[in-house]
Amino acid sequence: MEQTNSHRPQVSAFALFLTFSRITLSGFGGLMFWARRGLVERQRWLTEQEFMDLLVLGQLLPGPNVLNLTVMVGYRFGGWTGAAAAVAGFLGCPCLVVIGMGVLYQQYGALPHVQQALAGMSTVAVGLLLATVIKLATVLPRHWRPWLFGVLAFVGVGVLR
Amino acid sequence: MERLDLSALFLHFLLLWFVAIGGPSTILPDIHRYVVEVHHLLTSQQFAEIYTLAQVAPGPNAMYVTLIGWHLAGWAGAAATTLPLLVPASTLTLLVGHLNERYPNAPIGRAIRRGLTPITIGLMFASGWILMRAVNRDWRGYLITLLTIALVLRKPWNPLWLLAAGALAGTLGLV
Repeated sequence: MEQTNSHRPQVSAFALFLTFSRITLSGFGGLMFWARRGLVERQRWLTEQEFMDLLVLGQLLPGPNVLNLTVMVGYRFGGWTGAAAAVAGFLGCPCLVVIGMGVLYQQYGALPHVQQALAGMSTVAVGLLLATVIKLATVLPRHWRPWLFGVLAFVGVGVLR
Repeated sequence: MERLDLSALFLHFLLLWFVAIGGPSTILPDIHRYVVEVHHLLTSQQFAEIYTLAQVAPGPNAMYVTLIGWHLAGWAGAAATTLPLLVPASTLTLLVGHLNERYPNAPIGRAIRRGLTPITIGLMFASGWILMRAVNRDWRGYLITLLTIALVLRKPWNPLWLLAAGALAGTLGLV
């Protein structure tokens, strides 16, 4: 399954900015889930396979993989302007939100309820991440070899460290 | 606590992001060494709190670097630690993205995608696995994580509700 140019949607820089703002602001405890949901399920800008291809490249390049994915999606649909708009959406608001949360945390972080709520959210966030990986694994061909490499990578890093 | 040299901080983070293959968590130990052990700008406890906060905040988990900078020197500090994040993305990634669009069927691109897709999936599953074991203290936590996976795979609900339910479960002491 290679990428085709024939049915690529028209996307404006503003739409890129909005979509990536939305992805990033929903992204409690990890962005992989929200990036896939936004780009593949909601907007249908990318197929499952195209999403996976860009994610693989994003993983290979230095820096956060979803940021690399953002740059490449922006560039694909809007050239330089699109890439800049996507990144502005992706990093702009979270920058302010995380600082705002830092200020709030200095005031209220010691409250036990806050700690407990954060623990509960982390538990759900991990479930979202794992569910995304399970959905993405459907792009692997029905053949034992890719699955073997996937399992080896998982065991090497996840179980044996 | 040492006097803070913002330009040194900027350069150090810039260098780190260029070697940060595999994501922001790979350079976490080095940032910890630089900020806590070598320069004593934060205590280890403060560092851990900042990191956790960025994990639960909306946005990329890498934003913990923004919060470190903000904590050290306000807006200037936040800029010194955040701007380096953009440099590899706006140079190397754009170049690769450009080549990938220009030559979508290049053999090297296909080889990379075909070879690394299973590895990437395996590594992402491993991250989820490690996090699951780190955040869940007993069977109730694991049950909530598994329930989340099942619901996401079967129901089209907005997952923000699941996160809110998780926060509620935590507040009630179920996790």
